[in-house]
Amino acid sequence: MTALWLLFLSFSAAGIALCLVRAAAGPTTPDRVVGVDGMATISIALMVLLASFFDRQVYLDVALVYAVLGFIGVLAVARYMERGV
Amino acid sequence: MRIFGEILIGIGTAFLFLGGLGIFRLPDVYNRLQAGTKCTTLGAFSTILGVGFVHPNWMLKAIVIAVFILLTNPISAHALARASYKSGVKLWDKSVVDRCKEFEECQEIGKEEEG
Amino acid sequence: MIYIAILTVAMLIAGVGAYFFRDLIAAVVACAAVSLIASVLFYLLQAPDVAMAEAAIGAGLTTAIFVIAIRKTGRYEK
Repeated sequence: MTALWLLFLSFSAAGIALCLVRAAAGPTTPDRVVGVDGMATISIALMVLLASFFDRQVYLDVALVYAVLGFIGVLAVARYMERGV
Repeated sequence: MRIFGEILIGIGTAFLFLGGLGIFRLPDVYNRLQAGTKCTTLGAFSTILGVGFVHPNWMLKAIVIAVFILLTNPISAHALARASYKSGVKLWDKSVVDRCKEFEECQEIGKEEEG
Repeated sequence: MIYIAILTVAMLIAGVGAYFFRDLIAAVVACAAVSLIASVLFYLLQAPDVAMAEAAIGAGLTTAIFVIAIRKTGRYEK
């Protein structure tokens, strides 16, 4: 059973690593924003999986705060790039 | 119930991995945005609901997190695509159709006919 | 243990990127990535309250304030 959960965790960690490579190597600035946004969403899912792995309900609150507040940064950057440049 | 939740988590993590692969491999900002947003939203939604099925008394909080992801992720993706189109990021060479450019051309033709 | 080491290396890469980018918007995005990885790292070290504060401040507040400051000044570093 633990091996199955480790497989799930390593799948999501591989997704985060691929997004990080794109965010580091993207040619333009929106590529980097796309990479960081995907990394944020995958790490919300990873936080929920780790809460189930550690078996503590308190750990879900971190994922909740990130899901509520995580899109404000991307929205601010997008509004700046639409108006300013 | 636990088996069903683990099947959901398996589908979700597979989609998360495919979303990361799409962000890594695809050639253009818009292609990457589409792959990243669709796969990642479905993957996170399925994973969180699966954790809610594995632990049934966490179900309410899991549904709240899933609904927030389902609401906020398309908003940020739409704003980002619009901003990158407005700031002049080129499409890929082999992209076939550009509906936004066609729409603006149609509007300019309409203005000329009115005036 | 090895996950913590990998996350630390990734955070270091993002910090070096935040130092070297000429486009300041890209530097702000790199700062957001540093904050995200720090939040996951606090989470793995079993401090969920610190991780929650880091997520709230780093994801929303810092990025918005930096973008407002860049709008007042200029986008590219000279």
